[in-house]
Amino acid sequence: MKRASKIYTALMMIFLFAPIAILVVFSFNDAKSLSVFSGFSLHWYRELFRDAETLKAVRNTLVLAVSAALISTAMGTAAAVGINRLRNKVLRQVMDSVTNIPMINPDIITGISLMLMFVFVGRLFGAATSLNFGTMLIAHITFCLPYVILQVLPKLQQMDKSLPEAAMDLGCTPFRAFLKAVLPEIMPGVITGLIMAFTLSLDDFVISYFTSGNGFQTLPIRIYNMTKKTVTPKMYALATIIFFVILTLLLVSNLYDEDEVQRRRAARQIRKASKEEKT
Amino acid sequence: MNKKTSSLVQRLTLTPYSVWAVLFIVVPLVFVAYYAFTDSSFAFTTDNITRFFTATSVVDDGETVREVHTYLVIFMRSLKLAVISTVICLLMGYPLAYIMARAPEKTQKILLTLIMIPMWMNFLIRTYAWMTILQDKGILNGFLTALHLRPVHVIGTESAVIIGMVYDYFPYMVLPIYSVMAKLDVRLLEAASDLGCPGPSVLRRVIWPLSIPGVLSGVTMVLVPSISTFYISQKLGNGKFFLIGDAIEGQYVANNLHFAAAIAFILMVILLVCMALMQKLANRKLIVA
Amino acid sequence: MKKIIELKNITKSFDGEVVLDNISLDIYDNEFITLLGPSGCGKTTTLRIIGGFETPDSGDVIFMGEDIKDVPPYKRNVNTVFQRYALFPHLNVFENVAFSLREKKVPKDEIKRKVTEMLTLVALKGFEKRSVTSLSGGQQQRVAIARALVNQPKVLLLDEPLAALDLKLRKDMQVELKNIQKATGITFVFVTHDQEEALSMSDTVVVMSEGRIQQIGTPVDIYNEPTNAFVADFIGESNILDGVMLEDRKVSFAGQVFECVDEGFDRREPVDVVVRPEDVDIVPADRGMLKGVVTSVTFLGVHYEIIVDIDGFKWMIQTTDFWDVDETIGLVIEPDAIHVMKKSEYSGMFGDYSTFSDEMEEIGEVEIEELAEIEERGGNRTESGKTDE
Repeated sequence: MKRASKIYTALMMIFLFAPIAILVVFSFNDAKSLSVFSGFSLHWYRELFRDAETLKAVRNTLVLAVSAALISTAMGTAAAVGINRLRNKVLRQVMDSVTNIPMINPDIITGISLMLMFVFVGRLFGAATSLNFGTMLIAHITFCLPYVILQVLPKLQQMDKSLPEAAMDLGCTPFRAFLKAVLPEIMPGVITGLIMAFTLSLDDFVISYFTSGNGFQTLPIRIYNMTKKTVTPKMYALATIIFFVILTLLLVSNLYDEDEVQRRRAARQIRKASKEEKT
Repeated sequence: MNKKTSSLVQRLTLTPYSVWAVLFIVVPLVFVAYYAFTDSSFAFTTDNITRFFTATSVVDDGETVREVHTYLVIFMRSLKLAVISTVICLLMGYPLAYIMARAPEKTQKILLTLIMIPMWMNFLIRTYAWMTILQDKGILNGFLTALHLRPVHVIGTESAVIIGMVYDYFPYMVLPIYSVMAKLDVRLLEAASDLGCPGPSVLRRVIWPLSIPGVLSGVTMVLVPSISTFYISQKLGNGKFFLIGDAIEGQYVANNLHFAAAIAFILMVILLVCMALMQKLANRKLIVA
Repeated sequence: MKKIIELKNITKSFDGEVVLDNISLDIYDNEFITLLGPSGCGKTTTLRIIGGFETPDSGDVIFMGEDIKDVPPYKRNVNTVFQRYALFPHLNVFENVAFSLREKKVPKDEIKRKVTEMLTLVALKGFEKRSVTSLSGGQQQRVAIARALVNQPKVLLLDEPLAALDLKLRKDMQVELKNIQKATGITFVFVTHDQEEALSMSDTVVVMSEGRIQQIGTPVDIYNEPTNAFVADFIGESNILDGVMLEDRKVSFAGQVFECVDEGFDRREPVDVVVRPEDVDIVPADRGMLKGVVTSVTFLGVHYEIIVDIDGFKWMIQTTDFWDVDETIGLVIEPDAIHVMKKSEYSGMFGDYSTFSDEMEEIGEVEIEELAEIEERGGNRTESGKTDE
């Protein structure tokens, strides 16, 4: 890289990370001040772990994200297989457009639209409040589905079309053929889809905000409620923990890649050695 | 495979999703329209829509007292701030994406990870971090005072809202542009150079036109959330700069679902028109360039 | 003839691996010169150094008397037809061809005239408005040529331009390229791994291997007078035998003494002897200079290719007569069918059609590579695992 490029990149990284660094530093602040660092303390972390509501919100978020990710991945993968086999051009176009809607629409509209429907249907059945864990789960599955489909579909398109046919030729039922021949091929897409669905669900605030009932709080909603009133650095402590969890996850996945590289290098050496032996 | 099993497979795989998509994607949008065009007893009315275009309120900015169209002003403000933020994101992000795509592979991977880390943090937290920085007695002013400079008042201004939007959505601009540029065939750049183009000319005549799909999706990914946001303006604008998202949220909180639906409906229609126009513009540009 | 490009002692390595090892080459005005060699021999790197896309580690690149080693590609009066063409997908046929003219701010009507002229030359008139992605491989090829020629470069570099075309189209394009070269009078530097292509099109062929130039000459010279076993084996089929030069015009190999036409070797100098399969005459066993048993026969349409075992060495012979397996036949080799070469590092590596044939060697290699690959994957079927190499 040229020098100017390096400087520019460094500036951008400072822009991206300075705010996060400030949160991290002030989460260890002794006092409540937001601009003066008066001394190191774990005070706000203790506060955080005493906050039952936040801890419950963490649990809620995880339960919701895992359920939404699993269901949307299963349904989305099946849908991708179906869409990939669609030969009717018009139908295919319609499918693609509908799938795109939740991705193009602003979250606020997706949230409002689902909320309106839930409220309306709830009222039909005479329920006072129709928003609960169920409605939220439906909402999360809905906005995760397109991302799963978008990850799986290209893998299906790249796949050799005769793979499932070969499996069936060798005596597999269509379902077994899918499991034995197709699924392994598209697995990378399925996994990426699952991870994306999980993180999208974890991170979502806007849609959750409109579709959650009073009783059920996810972490982003909890953060929203915390920042509504005067804020204590407890929030910083929470942000710091989230940041380091993410960092660890990313580092671990990179380390894993590094392992791959090592193994590959070893294999190459083996091959080279065997070639030399031959000549 | 015979036709019967084939259609069976199709039905088994496609049906659950189709039903789901109709129930939870299409029908809710119908409900938006339904609520937008009905009153609280679900009788047809266009009042909600008219209200958006005609409602007025009195503004007293200390010098003059004026009457303005409440929601039109809000909408124009949202549009203005969103467009400015998008342009800033593009100006800042395009060079970064370009540098990344030309960097050695290992550097690319590291930079990509770095850009994605803030994305994984919730945008509420990200926005909040800027509140800490920009407050009158916040870190920025603490820093300026330490340097014996005059403190600045940023929080509660449009600039603060723009900073928040740019920061929150910056990665969404960089990533799509980067992914298009990284896939750009190096031989095309060599060919341009071979045919007499110096560096800047290669950028203008080859790289830029070929990166337009990435730019377009980047622009969409920044414009759409920043025009509809309601948290950033509340926190960084001190609630002084009501945006269209705030209007929807406000009506929702006040349980004015029909009017909330009307605003959402109008926003949706306008965004659809915008996107169609952008796509058309892009297509024409691709052919002319 | 005027020298237009001189490469002097060029050395280039990537990641410590030497790709070009001290090569020197003169390219003359108006000639069709081909760099020929197996993949990895350094031919494309040589081309890219002339084009300006690579800088040599050492050595000089002289273009019409000037050192252009540090001149960027866009300032060189040299244009390239890239492998798989590198056409700009966002521009139509006309604009692709007009690309360099627009850069030079040539007036509009002149652009139109020149582009039309070029498209006529490559037989693509009427395709101006077409998108390049809608064209067939052969048509894209022509656009690439027109685009590179519109600037009237002194030298046109072609990097395996025909590799992506099917056989029939390739043959047509060979003729057409040669015609374009004659019509324009531009020096063509052509890179290929296809020896037939090289022989049929070129004025001069440069045979390369392992980053070094093995031989430079006309196609006829290269075929009839290969300098070493590598060239003899790479260009056409060859039986290459160990021999000893007894005196001028007398060489011994395969246990016999033969008359030949080669001179200038030391007495009793060990040499490599090349006999082309089509230059051997078959006679009844008792009348042959050599005697052997037919071990395999392959029908190839115009002729038969038979393998004959003579005292353990397997000869390949091409004949229009049919001989059956296990028949004993005699061979006659005329003096001018024998070509004697100095011993080289390639001696003994090529030219024996015995049991351990090329095919066998390849199979062995593939197996080992597959083993290593299985090792690499470690049973892990991730996407990155497959595409990394």
